[in-house]
Amino acid sequence: MEKRSTRIALVVWTVLVILFLWLPLALIMVYAFNKSNVQSWPIPGFTTKWFRVAWHSQDVRDALWLSVRVALIATGAALLLGSAAAVGVARFDFFGRDAVSFLLVLPIALPGIVTGMALNSFFIAGHITVSMWTIVIGHATFCVVIVYNNALARLRRSSPSLIEASMDLGADGWQTFRFVVWPVLSTALIAGGLLAFALSLDEVVVTFFTAGAQNTLPLLILGYIRLGQQLPVVNAIASAMILLTVIPVALAQRLMRDTGVLRRSAGNVTEAVESAQVTAV
Amino acid sequence: MLAPPLVAFALVYLAALVALFISSFWSVNPFTTEIQHIWTLDNYRTIFESSAYRTIALRTIGIAAAVTLTDAVLAFPLAYFMARLASARSRTFLFVAVLLPLWSSYLIRVYIWRLILGHDGVLNWTLRELGLPAANLGYSNWAVWLIFTYVWLPFMVLPVYGALERIPESLVEASRDLGAGGSETFRRVVLPLALPGVVAGSIFTFSLTLGDYVTPLLAGGSSSQFIGNVVYDSVGISNNVPFAAAFAAIPLVVMGIYLLIARKLGAFEAM
Repeated sequence: MEKRSTRIALVVWTVLVILFLWLPLALIMVYAFNKSNVQSWPIPGFTTKWFRVAWHSQDVRDALWLSVRVALIATGAALLLGSAAAVGVARFDFFGRDAVSFLLVLPIALPGIVTGMALNSFFIAGHITVSMWTIVIGHATFCVVIVYNNALARLRRSSPSLIEASMDLGADGWQTFRFVVWPVLSTALIAGGLLAFALSLDEVVVTFFTAGAQNTLPLLILGYIRLGQQLPVVNAIASAMILLTVIPVALAQRLMRDTGVLRRSAGNVTEAVESAQVTAV
Repeated sequence: MLAPPLVAFALVYLAALVALFISSFWSVNPFTTEIQHIWTLDNYRTIFESSAYRTIALRTIGIAAAVTLTDAVLAFPLAYFMARLASARSRTFLFVAVLLPLWSSYLIRVYIWRLILGHDGVLNWTLRELGLPAANLGYSNWAVWLIFTYVWLPFMVLPVYGALERIPESLVEASRDLGAGGSETFRRVVLPLALPGVVAGSIFTFSLTLGDYVTPLLAGGSSSQFIGNVVYDSVGISNNVPFAAAFAAIPLVVMGIYLLIARKLGAFEAM
């Protein structure tokens, strides 16, 4: 129904926007193999040296280890609290339910600087010294929301009559959970957990306000870029990180789609948008 | 069983917001740099009376609005193609192509543009090869605008696509049957129904730009300071937490107003 010229224009526009999104990512991969430590274009030659330098740097290793520990703990806490909150909001009508569901969106609706600054003021007012745990609390705020959103979207799309049927057929609470609720919820939780982990590994805006002098990997990289130091190492880490975050996310996308209930693309979008909101933090 | 930790968690977050609000009314002793727990409006007075801080606040809001507008223009045709013209396979491909960059490191996506826009970067090289004059966009407000547009673009595409996808084909057919041409159908049927999606996307692009300091820090020039940078410096360098808290209250209030307007336009249903 659209005119031929309109269609061609739309295709061209789409291709250009996709190139705009992807060319810079391809470029950093090229720079990671840059032989020179001067970051100019075109690069004079190729080397894999910087991957070795990055891998053997003690600063990078320490920062990576801290980031991984924080991401694991924050994701673990998020899986417990986020799924519990989702089941509560989806299944029970309790006093203050609207308030809870509104509160659970705040960490991603408010600008990152507000969340970071708020936690910073809170730690100072409570005389809490910064440690790994203050970073974990900062990350848990948005990790909980991701898991909650993923789980809630899944629960809302599955019919409550399934649970009633299970109970009618004589299953007890545990059996109903194990054989009816869990199969529906599990892929959403894995997907939510993977996304939460990837985001925690990448977070920098809130982390600055909760880390004090500690360096997570993104904070270390931010420092390197600001001071113009170790830029070849930054390129190498960047390429590795693009691959490392893209893999769990691609996996999470598959899991969200593979559940039949979500075959319809509209469902995908809602879930994707809900989990996408998060980079905000 | 999990309710107590959940409530505790919610309380920590709420308490943090309250702490932010309260400490914005405190001050810092200039000699000891200790926080003085005396109620004062001085922080807010400083912000509103200093033309430098007013400029920073207006620049932040202005660039956030420009980024939102640019993203809407870039995203709409793409989302329209995805939702209404693309085959199922190319739609899935486009969906992943739009979504994946969102999840690769934000910091890195900002940093790449330093390599592109810098003096010896890819852009100037390309222009030189084409025989065009160099465009020194690096370290300027243009760079900040371009990079924000780049990093937040997927947040605009997804809700617009969602809104366009939900428009029933029968409405478009009815419009054509009633004698409306292609552009009239687009203007009077498709566009009004897609608007909530655009507004939903704008919540993200606007809020994310408003609360950022990394892009201006890494890619901005000497006059690219954002509200976030003042907050960042107040905490990191001058250790003036009350002032930082007061300045952080501005994006909070702006976003509050924005969300109220967005809800009126039906954006919450489109999220």
